Amino acid sequence: MKNPLPTHNLSVYVANQPGALARIAQTFSRRGFNIESLVVSPGKTEDFSRMTITVKGAEDSLAQVIQQCSKLVDVIACREHTDEEVVSRELALVKLAVMAEQRAEVLQIADHFHAKTVDLAEGAMVLEATGSSPKLDAMVGLLRKFTIVELVRTGKVIVARGERET
Amino acid sequence: MSEMKLNGADALILSLEKAGIRVMFGLPGGPAIPLFDALYRLRKHMRFVLARHEQGATHMADGYARATGQPAAVMVTSGPGATNTVTGIMTAYMDSVPLVVITGQSARNMLGKDAFQETDVFNLTMPIVKHSYLVRRADDIPRIVKEAVHIATSGRPGPVLIDIPKDVAVEACTADLDAEMYLPGYHPEAKAYSADTLRRMAEALAGSRRPVILAGHGAVLAHAEEEVKELAETVRSPVTATLLGKGVFPESHPLSLGMPGMHGTAYANRALVGCDLVISVGARMDDRILGDPRQFCRNAVKIHIDVDGAEFGKFVRADISCQGDAKAVLRDLLPLVKKGDTSAWLQEMDRNKKKWPMTYPKQGGLRPPRIIDVLNRLTGGRAVMTTDVGQHQMWAAQFFHCDKPWHFITSGGGGTMGFGLPSAIGAQIGRPGETVVAVVGDGGFQMTMAELATVGVQKLPIKIILMNNHYLGMVRQWQDMFYDARYSGVDLEGNPDFVELAGAYGIYAQNLRRPADIEKVLKKALAHPGPALINAEVIKHEEVYPMVPAGRPLEDMILEHPRRRPGRPAKKAPLAAACRREGEKAT
Repeated sequence: MKNPLPTHNLSVYVANQPGALARIAQTFSRRGFNIESLVVSPGKTEDFSRMTITVKGAEDSLAQVIQQCSKLVDVIACREHTDEEVVSRELALVKLAVMAEQRAEVLQIADHFHAKTVDLAEGAMVLEATGSSPKLDAMVGLLRKFTIVELVRTGKVIVARGERET
Repeated sequence: MSEMKLNGADALILSLEKAGIRVMFGLPGGPAIPLFDALYRLRKHMRFVLARHEQGATHMADGYARATGQPAAVMVTSGPGATNTVTGIMTAYMDSVPLVVITGQSARNMLGKDAFQETDVFNLTMPIVKHSYLVRRADDIPRIVKEAVHIATSGRPGPVLIDIPKDVAVEACTADLDAEMYLPGYHPEAKAYSADTLRRMAEALAGSRRPVILAGHGAVLAHAEEEVKELAETVRSPVTATLLGKGVFPESHPLSLGMPGMHGTAYANRALVGCDLVISVGARMDDRILGDPRQFCRNAVKIHIDVDGAEFGKFVRADISCQGDAKAVLRDLLPLVKKGDTSAWLQEMDRNKKKWPMTYPKQGGLRPPRIIDVLNRLTGGRAVMTTDVGQHQMWAAQFFHCDKPWHFITSGGGGTMGFGLPSAIGAQIGRPGETVVAVVGDGGFQMTMAELATVGVQKLPIKIILMNNHYLGMVRQWQDMFYDARYSGVDLEGNPDFVELAGAYGIYAQNLRRPADIEKVLKKALAHPGPALINAEVIKHEEVYPMVPAGRPLEDMILEHPRRRPGRPAKKAPLAAACRREGEKAT
């Protein structure tokens, strides 16, 4: 594909009601937006949830789909944020099949990315890394020369910088 | 009252009554029995109408709402009862009709286990409801009912579904029936337009020499007919009203252009092609109106007024979007609007009306448009008309003239065949003193004709005009135009004798075969005190024109059929050939 569809950061604040997630997911999928990552977590109080959704889809219909999402009865607010407007973090757990002779190089990479070793066994280790999604992409890229047994990422969470609402 | 112990089902019925619901349509079944038991014991002001099929029940509630502006309830059972409402819910959703649908459900501990008649109707209907609830506690029922009615009727109206498990229905409900609503994300009353938007709209109108007002269902729902008229007369702008906006501007008014779009009048479509400004008042500019969205009103300033902000930019990007209730917006706008200088444009409109009058061939057998024309004359356009979907629907829209809104009830967005008869039942119940005429085709009628029993039982004096061409006529028309007359699956051989059929339900019925008898037969039916069915054996090959082939710009409308022998592909019709290529791409 010549022009890959752009990725958008959306933050959705919703009343904590059954079915809210399904309604929101349906709204995006029906309009051809592919959900890349989705994080649901409790909001300020237990009555509300915060969803951070990364979607891939056409720029020109995004504003319209955001409106469709916003009008859902359970949705308090649905906003798009550019990367510059937010602090963005993700956590990754990477399980590597590493024998003793490779460990030093793995730890060197981990150190560079401020990753921690959270589990260590004879033939395997688990690294925990936190940061922006591109930083995690870079670390995982470097680790691919070793055997990655499992890779688990939380998906991106964002919060607006300054006094703006997320 | 405080002494009385209520269960969830009792709370449901009392809450519906409290919310002002006056009619319920439905059909019971196992998990809904506690709900119907409460209905039996506690019903006071709410009339219950037993339908023969749940689709019929939903269309009845739909017709009631479109005739009265008030919501009705639908109550059915789980599983097939619930899934049978899906078409009706979709139809209401597409046309912004308030509906409260209550479905019985298996007990909570059965959910998700494929228990008998257990279906996840909550998730199944999610894309076609304005909102929905799966009730987990009987104590939530008073609040949920209040919220459901509020959501269904406020802002842009729509259907709301409440799914009630059987054990919740029989669980004790100790909650106050005067429950507080809790809807932190729902603010339909919020005013979303600014003084600046109003000023920009007024400036655009002042600068226009060739304006068109496009009035839709939103203007009807907002009761904005007076404001639309004042706007039209002040700006001196012609008005074209959509299928669902029919009557919001008097069709007998000199500024009326009738309906636009695929089967709209030639002069309405010409006006949209040639205008320098279009102001849409509660029309959602769907594909049947636009033709080719990229070329819609391409030289015009586009103003879009809609209560639903999510309608902006779907097909057409407006120059000025104004989110608000049509009546409220026009009331705020009118003081800023100046008298328009549009004489040359209005003269062009009059020339176009003379050049392309709405007409139909008078010779060659019993023609449906003529029946509608006579019906229009006999009723003075004052009857409440419901239609099914297809050719007869378009002829009804073209030749039945309404000077008032709330008189033409039809499935626009959904295009739901089977809508005509049950919606007429709802309309007649809502407006008992008025003449209600259901114009239906033989295809759609047979989808819900079991409701003839409901007509009889409820003693409703509905007049059913059945345009019987023994075909799925609209599909056949497309096959004629775009598929070289390959008539696939459209011949309705095996139609019953509809007069005998109506007779079996105890309904007066008569055949209509000759054009000379139209007036006599219709008069007799209209004068009949009870329900009546006219089986009009209309000619098989009659087509709806004008027609804009799907996806083509409005100027490409076809005004009449290229000459050809019935059943043979059209010859020497380059436009039709071009349409054929396009038609294969579009829907």
